[in-house]
Formats: sequence, C-alpha cells, structure tokens
Amino acid sequence: MALPPPDPQFVLRGTSAAVHTLHFSCGGQEPDVPILFSGSENGFIHVWNLKTHRVDTALDGHGRRSVYCVETMGGKDRLLSQGRDQRICLWDLAEGRTSVTDCVFTENVGFCRCSLLKVAQGRWLMAMAAKALEEVQVLELPSKTSVCTLKPEVGAKLGMPMCLKLWQLNCGSQPLLLTGYEDGSVVLWNLSTRKALSQLVCHQEPVMSLDFDSETAKGISGSSEKVLSIWSLNEQQNLQVHQTHNLVNAGISDITIRPDKKILATAGWDHRIRIFGWKKLKPLAVLDYHTATVHCVSFSDHKNPSERLLAAGSKDHRISIWSIYTQT
Amino acid sequence: VCFIPGGLDCSISFVSHVLGKACVHGRQQEILSVLVPRLTDLTKSDCIWQRICWRLVECVPDRWMEAVVLGFVQRAAGADVLSRLLGNLVVKNKKAQFVVTQKLLLLQYCHTTAVLQNLLGYLSLDTLRRALLIKVLQELLETWGSSSAVKHSPPEQQQYISKAILICLSHLKELEIESCRQELLTSMMEGVKCHLDSSLPQIRRLGMVVAESISSKINTDGPVLKFQYEEDDETRELKSLLVQTPLFCVVSSLPADDRNEKADAALPLVSESDKKSYTAAPVVPGEESDAELDSDDDLIPYDMSEDKELKTKAPLYVRDCIEVLTGSEDVDKWEATVKALESLVRKNPAATREVSVELAKILLHLEEKTCTEGFVELRQRAQVAVLTTDPVPVAKYLTSQFYSLNYSLRQRMDILDVLVLAAQELSYPKSHGKTKHSGSQKPCIQLLPGSDSSKDWRRVVDERIKSKTRRFATGQSQVEPASGPNEFNSVAGHFFFPLIQHFDRPLTTFDLLGEDHLVLGRLVHTLATLMYLALNTMAVTAMGRALLEFVWALRFHTDSYVRQGLLSCISSVLLSVPAERLLEDMTEELLETQCWLGDVVEKDPDGDCRRLALQNLLLMENLKKKLKIVPS
Repeated sequence: MALPPPDPQFVLRGTSAAVHTLHFSCGGQEPDVPILFSGSENGFIHVWNLKTHRVDTALDGHGRRSVYCVETMGGKDRLLSQGRDQRICLWDLAEGRTSVTDCVFTENVGFCRCSLLKVAQGRWLMAMAAKALEEVQVLELPSKTSVCTLKPEVGAKLGMPMCLKLWQLNCGSQPLLLTGYEDGSVVLWNLSTRKALSQLVCHQEPVMSLDFDSETAKGISGSSEKVLSIWSLNEQQNLQVHQTHNLVNAGISDITIRPDKKILATAGWDHRIRIFGWKKLKPLAVLDYHTATVHCVSFSDHKNPSERLLAAGSKDHRISIWSIYTQT
Repeated sequence: VCFIPGGLDCSISFVSHVLGKACVHGRQQEILSVLVPRLTDLTKSDCIWQRICWRLVECVPDRWMEAVVLGFVQRAAGADVLSRLLGNLVVKNKKAQFVVTQKLLLLQYCHTTAVLQNLLGYLSLDTLRRALLIKVLQELLETWGSSSAVKHSPPEQQQYISKAILICLSHLKELEIESCRQELLTSMMEGVKCHLDSSLPQIRRLGMVVAESISSKINTDGPVLKFQYEEDDETRELKSLLVQTPLFCVVSSLPADDRNEKADAALPLVSESDKKSYTAAPVVPGEESDAELDSDDDLIPYDMSEDKELKTKAPLYVRDCIEVLTGSEDVDKWEATVKALESLVRKNPAATREVSVELAKILLHLEEKTCTEGFVELRQRAQVAVLTTDPVPVAKYLTSQFYSLNYSLRQRMDILDVLVLAAQELSYPKSHGKTKHSGSQKPCIQLLPGSDSSKDWRRVVDERIKSKTRRFATGQSQVEPASGPNEFNSVAGHFFFPLIQHFDRPLTTFDLLGEDHLVLGRLVHTLATLMYLALNTMAVTAMGRALLEFVWALRFHTDSYVRQGLLSCISSVLLSVPAERLLEDMTEELLETQCWLGDVVEKDPDGDCRRLALQNLLLMENLKKKLKIVPS
C-alpha cells in the first residue's frame, strides 16, 4: 500500500507576489546559514534564512519589475539576477552589503532565463537571449565581453529562445549550449564554431524549460502541452528522442534534475509538483500543495544528503520546501 | 325462523314480504344484522337451508328488492357467503340484476371496496353469473373510457369505477380474456387518452394504473404498458386489487379488506427506486509501474491516486458566459458555466443589466447538452436571477414570448414559473437577504489595523458617556425588523398585465381557450399568485379589477383545474386589494361574483372547487363585517 504523498516541511510566506525563480545556497560551512534566494513579480529578491524561515534581506534592484532568474556565482555573496527591466544585475552581498556591483543591459523583453557556467576560477560564461528575436548571446563574466552570438539559419523559424542550458562535459572541454525554442525544438550549439550541431523537434508547443545531465548525456524538456520529452545525445553529437511521458494535465513551467542525478522535479500549471526517477522516468510522487501555477522548482546543494531540500515557488505567493527522497 | 323441515312444504313468501318491508323502511341494519350471520351459519353446509335462503330472497317483491339486495351485499362476509345466500338471484330476477349490475356499480359510488369485492366476486362464482360479469366489465370500461365522464364526474366516482374494473379483471379467466381481448384493447386506448388529457394529477394517475393493469392482463407475453408515476397509497391500493387470494370459508365475518392486505404483501411493489449511485471519482492511472525495482533504482513511489485532471473553470464575467452558452463546443466549460451563472448574475448586477434581455433569451432556449444534475433547476434559478436584476425589460420580453409562436408547452409554463418566483423574491423584504450575505462574508474580511483602533476609542467614549448619563425613558427596546422598499411595486404591472392581455387570441400552435387548457390552468394560477404578491403595491386596484373581469369571462370553463385557479384568483383579489377600494370601485363585480360563487358551492362537481368557493364567500362576509365595524 503506497504511502500518501508527504506534506511540505515548511512553507515560506511573505513575498506578497508571485514567485518566479528560486536558488539555494546551502553549501557553506557552519556558522553560515543555509540560504534560499527567491525572485518575485514585484521586483524584490528575498534572501530567506532557512534556519529561521524568515526573510533576512530584500533586494530591490529591478525597479519593481518582475525578477525571473537568480543564480549565485560561487557562493552566496555573489548574486546574479535577471529582471523584466531588461537588466541582469550582479550583486555583492558579502558582510551584509546589498549593492549592485555591475549591470548588463540585455535589451531583451522576453522571459528567457539566462544560463551560467563556471569555466575557470573567477570566470563564467553566461548565455542570454539577445536583442534580436531568435538570437542567443554568450558573454563572459565578470568582464562582460561577448564570446559569441548564436543565430539560427535564415528561414529556420525557430521563434524566440525560451530556455537555455550551458554545459561542458568536464572542466576544460568545450562548452556547449542547449536551447529550447518557441517552435518546440531543442538545438545544440557549439560555441566556438557558432554552429548548430543538432536540432530536434521535441514538442508541438514552445519548450518551456529543459535540463540536461552531462554524465549520461540525456536531457529532458517540458512544454505547454501534456508531453515530457527525454532526449539523448549520441557520440556524433546528435540529439535523438529517447522517451516521452504523458502527463495528466498540460503545462510545465520548470524542470530541474537533482545534482545527484537520481530524481527530477517538474513544476506544473496544474498547481502540482511531480517527482520522477531520472533513470527511467518512473513517476514517484505528485506533490499537491499550491493553489496556483507553480513557476519554479529548485533542489538544494546541501553537502549532507539527508538535509537536501526541494523548493517550489508559485503564483499563490508561497514557497513550499519539501524533504523528499533524502535517504538515497 | 328456526324450524326443522321434515319433508314439509313450506311457504316463506310471508317472511320475504316482512323482510322486504322492513328493509325498505330503513330498518335494514336491525333486521339484517341478526338475519345475515344466522343464515351464513345455517347455509354453510346445509343445502336445504341454502335453498330456503334463496327462496326467501326470490320472493321479495320487486319494489323492495333493491333495499334487500343492497343490505345483503353490504352485510355478507365475503363473495362466497353472498353466493350462498343469494344463489342465482341476479339471473332470475330482473330487478336484482339491475340493482347489482347497474345501480350499485354505475349509478352509486358510495360503497366501500369490500362491497365491490363481494359483489363482483359473487358474480364470478357461478358459470351462469359469469356472463354478467363480462357484461359488467364492458359497461364499466365504456364509462371509464368516455371523455365526458372523465371531465364531468367527480374524482371519487372515477376512483370507484377504476376499482371495480380492476376487481373484475382479477376475476377473469384466460379464456374469457381471450374472447374479449380486442374490446379490452380498444376501450383501454380510448380511456387512457381521456385520462391523460385531464389537468388533475389524480385522474391521470387513475388512468395510468388502470391502463397498465389492463395491458398486463391482455398481453401476458410481450411488452406491457408501463407508465412513470409516483406511487402513493391510492395507486398501491388499486394495484393490490388485481390479485385475488383463493377464497376460503371464514367463520367470523372477516372483511374482504384483510384478504386484500395479504395479497398486497405478496405483491412486489413496483415503486421506482431512485437510488443515487455514488460513482467513485474517476481515477486516471498515472503510469504506476508496479514493483519492478531496479537494483539501482530503489526509490519507492508514493500514492498518486489523487492525481486527476484539473476541472475546467467557469468564466468569470457575464459576457463570457453568454459566449460560452451560445457558441462553445467545449461541453465541460458549458457545464461549468451553467453551474456558475446564477451567482455571477447576482454578483454583477450592472453588467447583467446591459445584457439582460439577451441572457433571458439564451436561457429560455437553453437545452440540456450534457447530463448535468439539476439542470432544470439551475436554468430556472439563473432565469429568476436575471429577471430580478433587471425586471422591466426582461418581464416585457418573457411575457411577449409567452404568447408567441413556436414555443413548447414546457417553455411557456417555465415562463410562468420564473415570473412567479421572481415576483416572490422581489416582494420579499430585501434586508433579510442582505444580512445573510454579510454574515457569510465575515471570515474573509481582514480589518486593517488602523480602523480597528478607531472603533475602539469610539466604543470607549460611548461607554463612558453612557455610564454618566441618566436615562428617563428607554425607548424602543425591541429591534424593529429591518425593512426596505418593496421592489415589486414598480414592476408588478409589467409582470401582470401583458399576461392577461392576449388570452383569447388563438395562434396556430397555441390555443389557450381550446386544447391547451393545461397551460390556461397554470396561467390562471400564476395570475392568482401575482395578485397575491401585489399586496401593498400601487397597481393592485387596477390589477384586481382586470382579474375579476378575466375570471368572469372564464367562469364556466369545463376543466376543474382552471376553475380552481379562477377561484384562487378571487381569493387573492379579496386578500390583496384594500377593503375600501374593493367596495368603492368594484361593488358590481363583487356582487356578480358572489352570485356565481353561491352557484359553484352548490353545483360544481369538483370537491376542491366547492371548498374554494365557500372560502371566498366567507372572505367576502368578513370583508362586509369589517367595514360595518369601522365607523364612517
């Protein structure tokens, strides 16, 4: 007899706006507190203290325009945030400061979250949707120099880039970029040659979110329809569909694979969070807590496996924190 | 009368004379209460006594035969006893035959079921008499099937005849049914048509029960006629008459009813059980792959049976509802809209007023697309909501449609129902509704901290003032019931007068004064209700006068349902129009009505009509008394 799904371990309230993005920073040593960053529709970035479950700081840097992406750059003192004010801000949060150290004007009015990849100590690559409709630009941070601009061929009609994922097989190898587009296809780009290595049509509707596991060279993408698509990369760097999975209700906002590659979580428009096993996409749990669309899910980076958490942010202004499958 | 005949010839005609005279002078009870049980005992096994008894009754002169036979039939303990006592009297004596086959069955209807059982059982027990039984059945069916009888005879008589038919049917044997099968069928068809045409539900039900019984008798194999009606005591009793338990000799005078009850227990009740079958919520099985645990993959899934499809949401705006109801192919959305419509209309009165007539039109024509539970009620409540939100244009639309072409009877009657319900809502004090709503909303309201504190200081100050002031008079200690203006006042005329205007103008598909007397009946009842609800409105006098004229025009209508409606109209007029107005403006009409009411009380065949007429006369009397008391 299967157990009923667990309840959230705790629920963070107080954003007073829809939560669009979440990012954990729990890898620090004691006396560092585990932190959760959340970006909301009212332009605030809340820094949550996961011991007290309260907001430590609220960062206001995007002119009250919605923040839809937050990432840390090597620790909780360096934060990157992207907002609808067409800016990507770099924050310095060390020693209680809350200042914007740098700023990138993307000139892009879309919703595509940027993707960060650490290539060397102190150097990151950031991919973001560019000003022109179908283009993706890759910058190097913190220097803000443009590495390349990736343009699909003329007549490809891919539409806007919806989601990005920069990855490299191991440190030192070539960085590659996976992009999900508005027409439902996923494209693998080679950054040095600026060419598309492979294109795969995964969905009939726009690709809302994707995630990739470089170890097994498998990725998963979700769309506004009922299908989850799992695709893999073979030796020739070609994408091919591996498996599809039908959901009960249509619409996925976010997908994320846990760092240990055991499970993945999807955030659904039907207010539910679904947990699957990554190996075979076996459905494991349906977490039904929120009362509106779940916009984002994120796994924590706790060093201790039993403390790992899953966070989900929703349009109902709540962030639910779950402790699930922490024994493996 | 106890002598032992020893081969002597004896004449008992003298005794017959005495018996007959006593019975005809009204002493039936005394003499027969002694005689009949004695004779029952004596004739039980002794044929000589039986013969004596037969001679006794045969010798009663014709002019007293009726009283004697009636007495015997009433007193006999059962059909077999009656058979022993009377023998073949009905065959031999014309007068007795007339009494038994015609008078007791067709001309009188005051006798109990037991008497009927006795009578008809008696006819069935002897081969000579069985011919009479069939003849009786034919005559009963003829009466049952005649449309004028159905229209004009009182319901009690119709019930009596139905019972008689059923008992006859229960006695008939297969062969006999075979021989008159065709006749039975034709009379059943005619009869059922007249009965279903009636406006009174009791007559309809009687027709249905009898038709079903006849059908079950003549079609022993093959499909049987089955009607849908609500079972009640009357129908159950009727059905129980169809089955006859085998007759056995009873010592004590067991009334036939007891035997019927035993048959009733044995008969399976044909009641429709509407058992609400609770279907379990449909579970969409997610891909619950069981048990194949990989060696690496030892993650145990949780229970995902609650993972179902998300229900479609109903639209949030009234105009969106209109779009969905007129165009949408999505049945889930349509169903959700139908369920949500009433509350949306009530919450957005301004928006509804913009599209009220259109919405009323859509609702009037709305047909059930999916099998929604309570669809008719939902539609009606939505219509009432629209009508109360914007009474004048929607009432104008609905009343005009009532008299238009190409509507079904159901739709016309729906219009009437909606008008009455809306009138009721409008005329009811509104503040009651308001307090109810605010009560339910309280938990959701969050008081801002600022206003809270302001209330507090006010309260403190008030209390301080109260404690310091001396009161000389407490004033009203009881809270006055909340009151508001009567919203029905301004629209009563719009509801009422258009309905009364065109009743005598027949259309091709709708003729109120002709075939559609059911709708006429409903219209009359609706007008009575609207009149009653118009109490204290400005238009009430004009309405009253118009209604009295309407009643006058229709007062001789043949349908008793319509007549009942007309009488309730008069009651409503007497109750709603203020007494002074009645007597000043409508004296002539009232006097004429009073004469007519007197007539109805005496001569109307329908019991309910007579009762209502009497009530109206009493109301009029009270009115006169009230005005006499008031000093001029």
